[in-house]
Amino acid sequence: MRPGPGLLGRNRGDAAYRAVLTGFALTLPILMLALVAELVTSAWPSIGRFRWAFLWTSVWDPVAEIYGAAPMIFGTVVSSFLALLLAVPLALGVAIFLTEFAPKWMRQPVAFLVELLAAIPSVVYGLWGIFVLIPFLREQVAPPLRAVLGWTPFFQGAFYGNSMLAGGIILAIMVVPYIAAVSREVLLAVPASQREAALGLGATRWEAVWSAVLPYGRAGVIGACMLGLGRALGETMAVTMLIGNRHDISLSVLQPGYTMAAAIANEFAEATTDLYLSALFEVGLILFVITVIVNGLARLLVWRVARGAAVGSKAL
Amino acid sequence: MIPRVVRRRLTSGLMTGVVTALCLLAILPLVFIFGDLIAKGASSIDWAFFVRNPAPAGESGGGVANAIVGTGIVVGLAALIGLPLGIGAGVFLAEYGGGRLGWTVRYVADVLNGTPSIVVGIFAWTFIVKPVGHFSALAGSVALAVLIVPMVARTTEEMVRLVPNSLREAALALGYPRWRTSLTVVVRSALAGIVTGGMVGVARIAGETAPLLFTALGNLNFSMQVTQPMQTLSLQIYVYATGPFDDWHRLAWAAALVLMGLVLTLAIVARRVTRSKYASR
Repeated sequence: MRPGPGLLGRNRGDAAYRAVLTGFALTLPILMLALVAELVTSAWPSIGRFRWAFLWTSVWDPVAEIYGAAPMIFGTVVSSFLALLLAVPLALGVAIFLTEFAPKWMRQPVAFLVELLAAIPSVVYGLWGIFVLIPFLREQVAPPLRAVLGWTPFFQGAFYGNSMLAGGIILAIMVVPYIAAVSREVLLAVPASQREAALGLGATRWEAVWSAVLPYGRAGVIGACMLGLGRALGETMAVTMLIGNRHDISLSVLQPGYTMAAAIANEFAEATTDLYLSALFEVGLILFVITVIVNGLARLLVWRVARGAAVGSKAL
Repeated sequence: MIPRVVRRRLTSGLMTGVVTALCLLAILPLVFIFGDLIAKGASSIDWAFFVRNPAPAGESGGGVANAIVGTGIVVGLAALIGLPLGIGAGVFLAEYGGGRLGWTVRYVADVLNGTPSIVVGIFAWTFIVKPVGHFSALAGSVALAVLIVPMVARTTEEMVRLVPNSLREAALALGYPRWRTSLTVVVRSALAGIVTGGMVGVARIAGETAPLLFTALGNLNFSMQVTQPMQTLSLQIYVYATGPFDDWHRLAWAAALVLMGLVLTLAIVARRVTRSKYASR
């Protein structure tokens, strides 16, 4: 006897349900394609005009219609790496403390406090940076820095406030919660047996962390740092408000700089000619491509440790 | 010389201290930012601040009523567009996400989650502002919706996956078709978590500024027309913080405190919802 249609596993309602859900899900790839297509189309006049020279020319002259993005690319990379330099030790400290050393009752509340940092809007960071961080840097940090390290090219020149240093520090504060949350989840995913084996062999607690837990989660922790890098690269408002917005390449972190995101935020509204606009779209395209590469690699690394889970999405 | 065992113990103790200190240092900015927000913002918050519109440039007084209403409209509209799409995509990922399409959607969602919001802003500009010919609150909402969809898709997926399989099996064993099982048993059970994810997403986009610069633009007057430029708290903070007047700076701190309060309320209420539901986690 053949089973009735309802038992064959095919059901009109099921098919419709699946089709509707698939439709919703497809919006994401479609959005992505539209985004790429739109950026490339809008950037095309600039790409055709300046070719690869756009990447290493540092002239940005709307009057002569010559555009080169080198200072912004430089500033984006330098400010982001400065941020990582400051943020990675802090974030790893948070993650290791919370998974290995903190007493149980402390873990949830402290993790929550760190994640609150991620809930603060970028523009509020910018506001705080202008009126609190910059005066603090000007009075307390820049003079000793210049006195001790002023002879190196990295700390030369007068310090007026808006600078690569201010931008880098605010970015560091902003990416700490992301790196900390993801590394914490990665460290939590390390099997307890790894820890126990190291301790059982006579390792001290720190040796267990350093020689068993961290190596096991290394790919994930590197991935977490790259996710932080991705955030830092694309961060706009706080950086725009603090970095000084000058088309200039300076080795000194005390000098103003520019980032790609800040250039778009500042100049898009006043871009009067088509080529100017197109050049800004090309800046956006470059920024997009860089963040996609960085995030893509980061996700693959994190997935290797914590199989497919939405690691980091819980980080508020 | 110090014996090896003692040195190892000392190193361990020292590094415990270092890690603890780093953790404290990471939390320090939070304390300062909240402290400054309250110290510099709270005194400017009174009734007029909520019900009046901005005073003309350079004059003192005025409030941010237009920005508060604008934030509500722009963010609300974005949630209206983005949440159904995001939740639908998330349920798809949890229920049918095993195959190649599932992998692609998941990966694209994660990549979009990391896309700079300013890029999404100029994307929305080319799609809506440029063809229409003028800035509008609606364009801002679309930009924010693009940001919230991947976020919500991933949290929804995670929440739906938490539902025990036995529930699904019980429903199927009773003869429910798959779609009814999914909708009335699985998704229903995960509803608290899905709502949480949505609220966290809304909290995030409520603070966004960059995607609104060239879409909602900002507006010094009170406006409730979604086809016209509209002010939001985040835009107002940006303009006031970077402006030249002391009175603007004062209002920027107050607006930041209000925005922060709004975002935190959403985020904390959202956490409460899940905590009571998944207390064991």
